Amino acid sequence: MDVMMRLILAQGMLGLNNGVFYAMLSLGLAVIFGMLNVVNFAHGALYMLGAFVALILSSYLGPWIGLDALHIGFWPALIITPIVVGCFGMLIERTMLRWLYKFDPIYGLLLTFGIALVLQGVFSNYFNSAGTPYPAQPESLRGVVHLGFMVFPKYRLFAILFSIVVCFLTWYVIERTRLGATLRAGVENPELVQAFGINVPRMITLTFGFGTGLAGLAGVLAAPIYSVSPLMGADIIIIVFAVVVIGGMGSILGAITAGLALGLIEGITKVFYAPAANTVIFFLMVVVLLIRPAGLFGRQN
Amino acid sequence: MATSEQTIGSSDTRGNGINLALWAILVLFVLTAPAYIYTVFAMQLLCFALFACAFNLLLGFTGLLSFGHAAFFGAAAYLAGHAIKVWGLPPLVGILFGTTVAAVLGYVIGWLAIRRQGIYFAMITLALAQIIYFFGLQLPFTGGENGLQGIPRGHLFGFLDLNQPLVIYYFVAAIFLIGFFIIYRTIHSPFGQVLKSIRENEPRALSLGYNVNRFKLIAFIISAALSGLAGATKSVVFQFASLTDLHWQTSGEVILMTLLGGLGTIFGPVVGAVTVVSLQHELSSLGSWVQVVIGAIFIVCVLVFRRGIIGELARLLKTSSM
Repeated sequence: MDVMMRLILAQGMLGLNNGVFYAMLSLGLAVIFGMLNVVNFAHGALYMLGAFVALILSSYLGPWIGLDALHIGFWPALIITPIVVGCFGMLIERTMLRWLYKFDPIYGLLLTFGIALVLQGVFSNYFNSAGTPYPAQPESLRGVVHLGFMVFPKYRLFAILFSIVVCFLTWYVIERTRLGATLRAGVENPELVQAFGINVPRMITLTFGFGTGLAGLAGVLAAPIYSVSPLMGADIIIIVFAVVVIGGMGSILGAITAGLALGLIEGITKVFYAPAANTVIFFLMVVVLLIRPAGLFGRQN
Repeated sequence: MATSEQTIGSSDTRGNGINLALWAILVLFVLTAPAYIYTVFAMQLLCFALFACAFNLLLGFTGLLSFGHAAFFGAAAYLAGHAIKVWGLPPLVGILFGTTVAAVLGYVIGWLAIRRQGIYFAMITLALAQIIYFFGLQLPFTGGENGLQGIPRGHLFGFLDLNQPLVIYYFVAAIFLIGFFIIYRTIHSPFGQVLKSIRENEPRALSLGYNVNRFKLIAFIISAALSGLAGATKSVVFQFASLTDLHWQTSGEVILMTLLGGLGTIFGPVVGAVTVVSLQHELSSLGSWVQVVIGAIFIVCVLVFRRGIIGELARLLKTSSM
């Protein structure tokens, strides 16, 4: 294999690593948008919250409650964090978002923008904005694997595979199971579904909780890779919005595919012209708007 | 947008009276501010008030939520600064140059963004503004993280020294009043009426034969140009342009100013801008808690105060001409 090809594959893998986070976040946004018709601007902030919950579980919780030896590691955090973040999301939906459904969807966007500012502000106060390393990366995932064209950290490979599995499980549940069918029916015609005895408001709350839980899960997975910083959510959410515009929010599979593909493209761009890596997704969004304004997987309406 | 501006059974003469009174208060405040406010702060208020009014033309009167208005504000700030500092242009010419750049940028971004509606429009403008932000970070003339510093104020028309606080203040005041008057005239022109009809019911405006996209684009360009005017003026006042001017948080702040003052009101954005900028000034010692406060005001505004300060006042006074 020549050097160029190796370089492309290596950057492609690192790009794919970012891509799984884009995919998980745009998937959550798509699930929430489908059910609530709200674009959750706080999604990035909840991803950040997820990373901080993992960090706090491992390093701060013990000393706070007087048990200095208590360090809750990565595996428990992988389960606890999405639940904590999802519950926080449900609290937001119950206490605030729910009052805005009858208004223009723009108000939902503005409300969640306010929530994102509050979360980012609070964490900026207590934590270094340059980032804090997550100390509890599991022992079993330390070290590297040889992929033939590069050595790749074992943990990153795990994060990629795990995220892809989570994404496709979500897709499967929504598109192929009875529960998912009820959800989709609730989107199409809430009154009718309610008449079948299904508690639609609760279904909406749970969907929002699930979508935000996904953001929290992405946050835990990201914590050992990128250092945990109050700004990590703001950095990613704007990219994820572009991903969503490119993929179209109408489709679960579209959100996943667009996220993975754009991460890959972003990575490969680094090989050819590094300064463009920050903006390549936005320029692709421009191209998509010019040739297919509804997004690659979106329905024209 | 949901805020409709209905005349609630009031006589026009009363509305006109209130309107005239508010104009008088505004002009009086602008002319006398240096007597009781530190002039640099007063100029900051005027720049952000103009920015918010320009933004309101789009959100309040056309119903388009742009989440990328910092791009116009900041791009004009950088390019006016560069033109004055490096090319040696006189300040007024530099400001007009920055404004023109913002208008051209508004044309491009608007042309792309009006392909989608509603929240997609917001996300697209945000993403496009992020491209401009990265340009601000990476282009060679912008000074990267440090921003563009040491922009000279120079002389207006060659003989009025803008380093004199009162001279530059009245220069900025004139720019604000001209910008505000342009927005006022736009809103009350037949063109402005069409914009409102698009806001209220886009399909109907379309079916009445209006080229909706063309009207949206022109509104976008006017809004971008005046935001640029505000940004360019700001860079002459403060003698620097920084990445903050281009940052998405600035786009968010201008939304808050408009929302807090009153969407779709004439004087609301001025009140909102004065409130938000004063608040930031008062709380500046609190560090990142300012962001928490701004976010909390956002939440409260959206949940229970959607009409904004002037909007609530107009409701109490039963008038639509505020």
